[in-house]
Amino acid sequence: MTADKAEPALEKDERVKEISGFRKAMIRPELGSICGTILVFVFFLLVARDSGMFSAEGALNWGVVSAQFAIIAVGACLLMIAGEFDLSVGSMIGFSGIVIALMSVTWGFPMWVAIITAFVVAVGIGWLNGYLVIRTGLPSFIVTLAFLYILRGLTIFAAIATTNKTIIGGIRDRVEGDWLAALFGGKILKGLFVWLADAGLIGKFVAGSRAGQPIVDGVPMLIVWAIVLIIFAHLLLTRTQFGNWIYAAGGDAQAARYTGVPVERVKILMFMFTAFCATVFATCQVMEFGSAAADRGLLKEFEAIISVVIGGALLTGGYGSVIGAALGALIFGVVQQGLFFAGVESSLFRVFLGGILLLAVILNTYIRRIITGER
Amino acid sequence: MTTPLIELRDIEKHFGAVIALAGVSLSVHPGECHCLLGDNGAGKSTFIKTMSGVHSPTKGSILVDGAETSFASTRDAIDAGIATVYQDLAMIPLMSVTRNFWMGREPKKRVGPFNFIDFGTANQVTMDEMAKMGIRLREPNQAVGTLSGGERQTVAIARAVHFGAKVLILDEPTSALGVRQTSNVLATIDKVRKKGIGVVFISHNVRHAMAVGDRFTVLNRGQTLGTAKRGEISPEELQELMAGGQELAELEGSLGGTV
Ligand SMILES: Nc1ncnc2c1ncn2[C@@H]1O[C@H](COP(=O)(O)OP(=O)(O)OP(=O)(O)O)[C@@H](O)[C@H]1O
Ligand SMILES: [Mg+2]
Repeated sequence: MTADKAEPALEKDERVKEISGFRKAMIRPELGSICGTILVFVFFLLVARDSGMFSAEGALNWGVVSAQFAIIAVGACLLMIAGEFDLSVGSMIGFSGIVIALMSVTWGFPMWVAIITAFVVAVGIGWLNGYLVIRTGLPSFIVTLAFLYILRGLTIFAAIATTNKTIIGGIRDRVEGDWLAALFGGKILKGLFVWLADAGLIGKFVAGSRAGQPIVDGVPMLIVWAIVLIIFAHLLLTRTQFGNWIYAAGGDAQAARYTGVPVERVKILMFMFTAFCATVFATCQVMEFGSAAADRGLLKEFEAIISVVIGGALLTGGYGSVIGAALGALIFGVVQQGLFFAGVESSLFRVFLGGILLLAVILNTYIRRIITGER
Repeated sequence: MTTPLIELRDIEKHFGAVIALAGVSLSVHPGECHCLLGDNGAGKSTFIKTMSGVHSPTKGSILVDGAETSFASTRDAIDAGIATVYQDLAMIPLMSVTRNFWMGREPKKRVGPFNFIDFGTANQVTMDEMAKMGIRLREPNQAVGTLSGGERQTVAIARAVHFGAKVLILDEPTSALGVRQTSNVLATIDKVRKKGIGVVFISHNVRHAMAVGDRFTVLNRGQTLGTAKRGEISPEELQELMAGGQELAELEGSLGGTV
């Protein structure tokens, strides 16, 4: 047996079947969540069409809830693709909110200082999460579980110790005229909605102090944040060198290191990004409610992870899609609010969600095997 | 004789109490295929990992083009033109061939303030380089996980060659492969060598080594048992050196010469 005789043939490979364009377009990581989204919308169009769920007002309602899920799902998605989890997201939401309220209401700093402080502290904790995971080599599941408790405890303690309450109100008065607060609490496209209402396309208030104004008077910044974060994360992941490194860090950290990818840096940055997303969520919520509460964000980490998994990501990392995660968040929001519109017992929300989760994940696993050749 | 592309002198590597390497020397010249042979645990992988900057040697010196160097990281070695295809491959099966091929050196295209990967170029070059090695990809977006073992080896080799490797280190590229795939990889090694690249080929299969090797170095329990040129040594002698002599002779008797 000598090597010289073994020139490999280059003719057409008879073992490769032609794949139709349609099939090729279908075989994508997001397929499970696309099917789930269609299913959910068809379902609610059938059972809740007359409930106002699909009016501008109704759409805004589930749109806002979906956007909330999407903001944290985007962070969780990139982190999961990089091969790690963050279970402290929910606690981080409560923590950041209380930081904003304490700084602005209790200690009287301008709102923008409070918001920036919350971001710096939260992203710093994200860094610490990542650093500990990398340094100790412990699973991120354990390290961030510790922070789930530490942060929640600190949040409640800080609120009680300074104000004797776990809910701090009075944010609204501090928001007036603040440039940074407007970025989280305001609405855009107000003119468009007035025009739409004048054109009769959306409803107006008929009585009360706001009579004559459109019922939906703009797109909340929360939704704008969700869309911006989705687009940013999607482009980062699929189109940039850093995105390639995110996949690599989660796909096989050792192989990535061999080729010179700074795996540690990538992972730590993703923990920081997740903390950033949690703080965006917290800030928008504080602006919306006009208060911060120490128990906000409970169980959000799981809702984020579920959205990401519905979106086709692999729990062990290296594979997933931001668009999928965003659709997962949409499914989540529509189902949660839709059952309310349909007048169904809210406990059924969980049954329905569990069903969708199972269906999407089965489909995702099947698709992923086709794409990646896993067995 | 020309200066070797890389030369390692009296390399020792200790892992705590374990002496994995106890003074190993080796040199690689342009266009040569230098085979490193040895049994399991002989220290082959450890040795080439010091060559590629994964481990720093406990003792001994590394010379690149005649000048003494030390590698602080794999990046340093890669920059010095030393490319390694590891035993555990360094390919990410979930990712596409193109993404794997360009990992760490992604070609960029500016769009406004952003730097995106230039997938047009990346895909084209990947397809071309794979074709040169005799592999026809279905499409560049195909995940590496869908490739066979030999095809994966070829992607790793093509990647190293494309990025201007002067020395290509292959750690047991044929150990998991069937007959046909093995001959493909050996043919690839031959192509690479003809470009003037120095190849270090690790194997414990003497026949694979004999098929492409110009020089042979045998490691046994962390030590060099000597280097021989092609033609100076027979496969039987190599086999015997690898196993450390007599036990194999006995085995061979009872197995009827099938080893
Ligand atoms: N990181 C490490 N820590 C401790 N001991 C190690 C380490 N790496 C290798 N060794 C030891 O060094 C010795 C040589 O291992 P090495 O992997 O180099 O063998 P090899 O010749 O490549 O074997 P194989 O043919 O099985 O690949 C072994 O005894 C191994 O247990
Ligand atoms: Mg080895």
